[in-house]
Amino acid sequence: MIDLIRQYWQPFLWGSPNHISGLAMTLWLTVASCVIGFALALPLSVARAAGPSWARLPVWLFTFVFRGTPLYIQLLIIYSAIYGLDFVRTTPGLGSFFKDALNCTVLAFAVNTCAYTTELLTGAIKATPRGEVEAARSLGLAGISLYLRIVLPSALRRALPAYSNEVILMLHATSLASTATVPDILKVARDAYADYYLPFPAFGIAAVLYACLSMTFIWLFRKAEQKWLRHLSTT
Amino acid sequence: MNGYLQQLLVGIVVTIELATVSLVIAFGLGLIGAAAKLSSNRWLAMVGSAYTTLIRAVPDLVLMLLLYYSVQNWVNAITDLLGQPQIEIDPFLAGVSVIGFIYGAYFTETIRGAVKAVPRGQLEAAAAFGLNRWQAFSRILFPQMMRFALPGISNNWQVILKATALVSIIGLHEVIYAAQAAIKGSSWPGGAHVLFYLLMAALLYLALTTVSNFVFAYLEKRYAAGFERMAR
Repeated sequence: MIDLIRQYWQPFLWGSPNHISGLAMTLWLTVASCVIGFALALPLSVARAAGPSWARLPVWLFTFVFRGTPLYIQLLIIYSAIYGLDFVRTTPGLGSFFKDALNCTVLAFAVNTCAYTTELLTGAIKATPRGEVEAARSLGLAGISLYLRIVLPSALRRALPAYSNEVILMLHATSLASTATVPDILKVARDAYADYYLPFPAFGIAAVLYACLSMTFIWLFRKAEQKWLRHLSTT
Repeated sequence: MNGYLQQLLVGIVVTIELATVSLVIAFGLGLIGAAAKLSSNRWLAMVGSAYTTLIRAVPDLVLMLLLYYSVQNWVNAITDLLGQPQIEIDPFLAGVSVIGFIYGAYFTETIRGAVKAVPRGQLEAAAAFGLNRWQAFSRILFPQMMRFALPGISNNWQVILKATALVSIIGLHEVIYAAQAAIKGSSWPGGAHVLFYLLMAALLYLALTTVSNFVFAYLEKRYAAGFERMAR
């Protein structure tokens, strides 16, 4: 067990000169997919909450399909099935994109979290108090400026607790990247396990690292809520 | 119908069995966990809190691998020590215990919240009528708690259903395993068989989550009998 820790603490935590560490890879996967997913979810949720029906239906279908199937299947489809198609492999841009495991995992994670984020942002937009919108309209705001100045700032704040949950779930979901050979925390743990056949220390270290990351994210979001939700606190 | 599609159907049945048995285990653990967290005994409450905090902080896939391989290792160590032949843990049993144990922590939180939402006076009234603790639980607390717990249970069920996709990684023959076997066994022009079988597996999952949505909508209506529907 000492040997395992001695050999693997670097891949787990700091990485070596030519390899990114598991911790850094997990963080990168989480941040990249959440940022991309959020950026896509913002227009989609506005479309779903307030758009015309030809825009609402496809967005609903998108969230329904991606929330109704396991992320693992979505990852398998993007990582192995799409690259398995001959025409994808022979098309220059597509082939090189889907050949890379990291591209595929970030794409799968981003699309998946986008579906969940769209749904929770839609809920927050729809729950905007009527009075806020009426006040904005009476001051002459309408259309895009109504959304940019009033509805979205208010809805995004109220969505913060639910979104912090989604980010934690996404952090946990990134452990699936190890099945696509991306060297995240769990991949390092699986390598360590394969080397030493000591499952408890190998996966235990991974579990502790994930737990620490979760606690850090929870703490950060609590700070953010204290800052941005102060106007809603009852005390 | 070709044999591989039939295998997929067999796989989805395994998925349903896995999810249902896991749900029952998780719900049972959730009741026990909630009782521990709500108990006046400080140690019990601490054990309950440790369970929910630790388990919910770690990804389910990591816990699955950790528990699955560690427990098998410990069983081997014990049988070696006793000079007995090795016991292979049944993968189905391992799968449902691990999923049940993990989601028990989520159910603990769901049930704890639901129990706290039942007005105190209900239990005081039950005590005043001379009901013993089991009667008060089964006739007063449980039916009322279920109304508050159902949205959470429905959510947890969907998550469990999707979590069963992970147990193919520890070697269980559920629907993804069947899809991967079908992919290995066939070769279509253009490489379309990979996409086809994975999409079929995804469709089966989609059907399951859709049906469960309807079932839970019905249950929520049933347990809300006697209460006005909240304005949306």
